[in-house]
Amino acid sequence: MPERQLITGNEAAAEGAIAGGCRYFFGYPITPQNRIPEYMSEHLPLIDGVYIQAESEVAAINMVYGAAATGAWAMTTSSSPGISLMQEGLSYMIGAELPCVLVDMVRGGPGLGNIAPAQSDYWLATRGAGHGDGRCLTFAPFSVQEIYDLVGQAFPIAQKYRNPVMILADAVLASMREPCALRDRLDPPEQKPSWAVGGDQKGRQRNIVNSLWTDPPVMEEVNLRIQQRYRDAAQNETRWTEHGADDPEILVCAYGISARICQTAIEHAAEAGIACRLIRPISLFPFPTEVIADWAQRVKKVLVVELSLGQFIEDVRLAVEGACPVERFGRTGGMLVTPEEVAERIIEIA
Amino acid sequence: MAETRLTEPIYKRPESLTEVQMHYCPGCTHGIAHRLVAEVLDELDLKDRTVAIATVGCSVYAYEYFNTDAVQASHGRGPAVATGIKRCQPDTIVFTYQGDGDLASIGLAEVMHAAARAENFTVVFINNAVFGMTRGQMAPTTLMGQKTTTTPLGRSVEQGGYPLNICELLAQIPGVAYLARETLTSPKRIRQAKRVLKKAFQVQAAGLGFSLVELVSSCPTWWYMEPLEALQWIEDVMLEQYPLKVFVDKLEDGR
Repeated sequence: MPERQLITGNEAAAEGAIAGGCRYFFGYPITPQNRIPEYMSEHLPLIDGVYIQAESEVAAINMVYGAAATGAWAMTTSSSPGISLMQEGLSYMIGAELPCVLVDMVRGGPGLGNIAPAQSDYWLATRGAGHGDGRCLTFAPFSVQEIYDLVGQAFPIAQKYRNPVMILADAVLASMREPCALRDRLDPPEQKPSWAVGGDQKGRQRNIVNSLWTDPPVMEEVNLRIQQRYRDAAQNETRWTEHGADDPEILVCAYGISARICQTAIEHAAEAGIACRLIRPISLFPFPTEVIADWAQRVKKVLVVELSLGQFIEDVRLAVEGACPVERFGRTGGMLVTPEEVAERIIEIA
Repeated sequence: MAETRLTEPIYKRPESLTEVQMHYCPGCTHGIAHRLVAEVLDELDLKDRTVAIATVGCSVYAYEYFNTDAVQASHGRGPAVATGIKRCQPDTIVFTYQGDGDLASIGLAEVMHAAARAENFTVVFINNAVFGMTRGQMAPTTLMGQKTTTTPLGRSVEQGGYPLNICELLAQIPGVAYLARETLTSPKRIRQAKRVLKKAFQVQAAGLGFSLVELVSSCPTWWYMEPLEALQWIEDVMLEQYPLKVFVDKLEDGR
């Protein structure tokens, strides 16, 4: 019987990582995710792990790069401006085919912005990972329990696809306190991957971790190999939930905290006589394109709810492919929407 | 008198160097520096447990030349990458190989904080007072008055500020266990450079903390000089700004 504890999203991210086998954490303080490095600094040294406070987010992601090169299960966490600084390192990790897990507790932006909840890092998370032809596999939890579960699951996924995995949450989820079922902490695997550097090199080929390919045909081959892993991930790792009317008029698409708000909103809309179905992508890259395309054939309109000014809606539109009109509702800059406001919008467009 | 027979070669390529032909310009001292590091790894029997970290600059291909596991780091981040490796594998010998653009310009924060944390790895710092790979622009270590492709009239305080003396900065930091500056201008200096490099790796193997060896090096191509003239310029001009010295030696102190 798993133990249930009342913990914050930040603590769930930290404990979820440890439970999933992570023993190496490199980070830099930034609100609203400070409880994660604090938790790691307290817990990791007690279980033969390593916590290092880096001099910057730039250094933190490069420490993760070094740790990942040894085959260690390493992570960093940050919030929007810090994730911007990590883009270069992520690009190098993708190019060098190294796994890691990072968490973005999104805050209002652009610039220094504020420390209120926002979803305006959608592009950063799903298109980002710096320069070049790579992306982060991205998952968006909507509860404390799901943060805990997804962070833990992210490590084997990162290893399998040799690519960074980003957990995209927000300032509400970071500080929200909810009951969370905790599992026993897993030990990291003893067997190092064949490509890992370090340790005793006697009797094996030397390993090189590198993203420099000056010969364009070789670089193209590397990029195609990485792309194939994304296709495999689309087959195996695409996740979403859906619920509501089986014969809906309006399809509502939302992820993370917005989806949580929409759960109540579609109940309000149903009371007003408008049947809705809510699709909540859990994986943002790979994106649940097919299921949205399917429903788009059967509804009058799609309403996208996001705490950003038209980022998430692009992926929905790509899925809908013009099958029906796609509208957007949301706020920005750290402002939240209420279920009543969303319901009102649903009634307006129905 | 007994006949002398050479059954073993007395001079050969170190095991810690691959057979790949280096791409460095004629007269460049990178090749010597690589060889010295490789000889030290051989002599201390560290080859099979070393990870070399290549950085960005002329030595970007160092992972092709050092016959050990290797990681290529982004510009300036070698010490952060080394930190990640060493913290996961304390028994692995880790060194970064960084030029002055990489270490003293874009990577100054990373090297300073690695030293402050007393990270137990070794930095081989090649100071040739210029950005070599990008066509000879000004580096933080460019001398006053030195002409480069971005200081065509010579480095001035107004335009480029003053040269940065990395060893003198690092010498203030308690986490530094070994710190020395040498050059490669003559057989005597090359032998001395090998001694200080060996010391740096011994310090790391003993777990004493951060070690760095700065090698004042030549760049005939972007100094617009003949190779020998470049070596002479180091002796006559560069060493005044960058005097040769063992700044910190905790291995010796402990004896």
